[in-house]
Amino acid sequence: MTVQDYNFAYLDEQTKRMIRRALLKALAVPGYQVPFASREMPMPYGWGTGGVQVTAACLTPDDRLKVIDQGADDTTNAVSIRRFFQRTAGVETTQSTTGATVIQTRHRIPEAPLSEGQILVYQVPIPEPLRFLEPRETETRRMHELEEYGLMHVKLYEDIARHGEIATAYAYPVKVEDRYVMDPSPIPKFDNPKLADNPAIQLFGAGREARIYALPPYSRVVSLDFEDHPFTPSRAEHACALCGATDSYLDEVITDDRGSRMFSCSDTDFCASRQAGRPDGEGGA
Amino acid sequence: MYVAVKGGERAIDAAHAWLAEERRGDPSVPELTVAQIREQMTLAVNRVMAEGSLHDPDLAALAIKQARGDLIEAVFLIRAYRTTLPRFGSSQPVDTARMAVDRRVSATFKDLPGGQVLGPTFDYTHRLLDFALAAEGAVPPAAPTAPAADEAVPHVAGLLDRDGLIEAEAPDDTPAPDLTRSPLELPASRALRLQALARGDEGFLLSLAYSTQRGYGRTHAFVGELRIGMVEVQAELPELGFAVPIGEIELTECESVNQFKGSRTEPPQFTRGYGLVMGQGERKALSMSLVDRALRWRELGEDFTGAPAQDEEFVLSHCDNIQATGFLEHIKLPHYVDFQAELELVRRLRAETMQEAAE
Amino acid sequence: MQAAEMDICAKMKAEVPLLSASGVTRRYGARIGCADVGFDLWPGEVLGIVGESGSGKSTLLSCLAGQQRPDAGRILYDGADVLAMPEAARRRLARSDWAYVHQNPRDGLRMGISAGGNVGERLMGVGARRYGTIRDSAIDWLGRVEIAAERIDDRPSGFSGGMQQRLQIARNLVTGPRLVFMDEPTGGLDVSVQARLLDLLRGLVRDLGLSAVIVTHDLAVVRLLADRLMVMKSGRVVETGLTDQVLDDPQHAYTQLLVSSVLQV
Repeated sequence: MTVQDYNFAYLDEQTKRMIRRALLKALAVPGYQVPFASREMPMPYGWGTGGVQVTAACLTPDDRLKVIDQGADDTTNAVSIRRFFQRTAGVETTQSTTGATVIQTRHRIPEAPLSEGQILVYQVPIPEPLRFLEPRETETRRMHELEEYGLMHVKLYEDIARHGEIATAYAYPVKVEDRYVMDPSPIPKFDNPKLADNPAIQLFGAGREARIYALPPYSRVVSLDFEDHPFTPSRAEHACALCGATDSYLDEVITDDRGSRMFSCSDTDFCASRQAGRPDGEGGA
Repeated sequence: MYVAVKGGERAIDAAHAWLAEERRGDPSVPELTVAQIREQMTLAVNRVMAEGSLHDPDLAALAIKQARGDLIEAVFLIRAYRTTLPRFGSSQPVDTARMAVDRRVSATFKDLPGGQVLGPTFDYTHRLLDFALAAEGAVPPAAPTAPAADEAVPHVAGLLDRDGLIEAEAPDDTPAPDLTRSPLELPASRALRLQALARGDEGFLLSLAYSTQRGYGRTHAFVGELRIGMVEVQAELPELGFAVPIGEIELTECESVNQFKGSRTEPPQFTRGYGLVMGQGERKALSMSLVDRALRWRELGEDFTGAPAQDEEFVLSHCDNIQATGFLEHIKLPHYVDFQAELELVRRLRAETMQEAAE
Repeated sequence: MQAAEMDICAKMKAEVPLLSASGVTRRYGARIGCADVGFDLWPGEVLGIVGESGSGKSTLLSCLAGQQRPDAGRILYDGADVLAMPEAARRRLARSDWAYVHQNPRDGLRMGISAGGNVGERLMGVGARRYGTIRDSAIDWLGRVEIAAERIDDRPSGFSGGMQQRLQIARNLVTGPRLVFMDEPTGGLDVSVQARLLDLLRGLVRDLGLSAVIVTHDLAVVRLLADRLMVMKSGRVVETGLTDQVLDDPQHAYTQLLVSSVLQV
């Protein structure tokens, strides 16, 4: 296969327009899930087909693309998707959070603050925050329409009654602009505060479920909670073993079979920058 | 002609001859050898072995050739052959912790003893048709190799178990039941369920596992570990009185780490699902572990939500594709008698209604 | 008796009826569900609708409660046209001002959710966001329907039928609704359990000043709970009046049959 066999960024222009229309609608109604005609992609459903389609629709030849999975640029799926766009779009790629114009991510928001003009594209497996309370799509769409979110709080109530706290650690539901309850994709709840008031455009793509949703810059995003059991972002109570950071999200690595563990930043660019003594997020090439 | 049952014999012979001709295809194209299928259609061979529950790559390849590539038909051929074989005894349980892994990935820990081994996987390939393959003859350049690490590859679930973070798996010396020798009885033990799932249709299990992910019996599964590799099979020979190695087989094993249970008084623990498939069959092993976990709701004190994947009877009764295809396809067979009875009934009822309407 | 009548007269001095139905008709193809039903329900009043199964009383109730749309007629709640409201407004009404007690508690409860969660759901649905307050209300309401506070974290699947029904009532009343629809609330329960539930319901209706529409085939239920009665047969109202009046001096032949058949038992 050669680059000439496919259009810029793989998708044909009509498909990109269709996706861009969905993106505009999503930005106009923050948190609302816009159905779109998701395409078959040359990678399996569940591996970022939604994010890849959104990225393909956003990329221009001048963009600099960063792809992370679990916060890291070097994870296999991130490498795979980055290579895909190198081949099909020929865009410049980078590992630097601050140097990228488009960042496709799976399961993390970079530690370094984003800025205006950047686009963060999330890969989303299950876009519907109410799905596990109500499996039927017809019913959940109606619940959104009528703002019937009591059931969501029942789930949180049950967590506290049973576990003494809200037992949701990732994909923690949020309410956007006082209207739609939204699934932030399976990011750790540690990242939830970064969703709010973010200068960057945040786009969410779910390929298998054929949904796109979005947060325009500086959106109001509130993690659901109770007044007397407020939302608390959490992380492992350690410092990064590599860069010493105490305010970043950490990966746990098992180092032997006797139970030894090591903690290090999940955001590899952030960690590398700190180790090199550069400002956060201006790391790797 | 279908209706002319008396002429059936001749029709069948002619159909078989025609089938053989179709199987061969255009005789100007060279014929496939069984060895070619075995070496180049390995995953098809593996699936036929797994669902046929017989480890014999050459026979599975032959079955695929004979079945014109219809894998369920090939499984059928293998099952039909398997049932004729004498049974000498059971092997010792294989020790998958001592597997020589070709592939071993964990989605729950970035790194762990024994490491992540990607192996020969489609995972990060782009699904773009490689037209170079359409040209013949090129042998791909050799993949880079590294010396095999002699580091142990402990199970992830074992590492979690050490800290009490996952439910303990109690050892059980009860002889494994044999689904092919005794009829399925419900409720089934977990061992019997796993056996049925291991023979079950990949597509059926895939759909069920997928349904649990979408909320129909959700179990919050993480792939604790997926490993593929060779394990030694040992059997105790009555003449010797101790176990000796009788060969090696390739297995795919998946252990899922699932939603924790617990309460304020009982510390929470993750729970497990398990999948084990003959050959390289990771989609099936993953699916199996999710379905196994969903089926364990009663034992783990969860609610039955009416999800298909939780319904043991539903799953076990429908997972065998040979049973399913047989029963499904049998409706092609003549049903003249039954249908005739229905036909008469409908005609009579219609006549009565029309007569009443006329009066 | 006279005191009761005066009480009702006092209630009827309120300016608008709480619920006002007129010409309510629902057909199923050629068959009539209910036809041309009309009544006014005043604040604090309990209306009983009796009739045998198939008389149209359940169809009428589900039309009144907005669960199905009548083919003709008008339903006003507190002066507002219920049928003209957008779905969102009707649903908001259904989870705040109104309550609906199903005959089968399984239809009205979430069986996979704790008793406390069941009671708390409506509070959270109308915006309660303080866990401690929600829990206190749940404990209070469990107490009012005679369920021990220590059962708060248990799921209703482990409760007896009578307990499930009482939990359903607590779940419905926790938001202080003004109007309660009840569909055979004692159906499917043992006689002794029925008596206890009736007693409880009577206390709650009196204490909270609830307005209610109760559908039942059981005349003992309406004698105990209802101020006024509507007797239905084949989808139509055949007799209405004060409960004691209708039961002690039935005018319509069908009502006479209904009353005498009960007395014989």
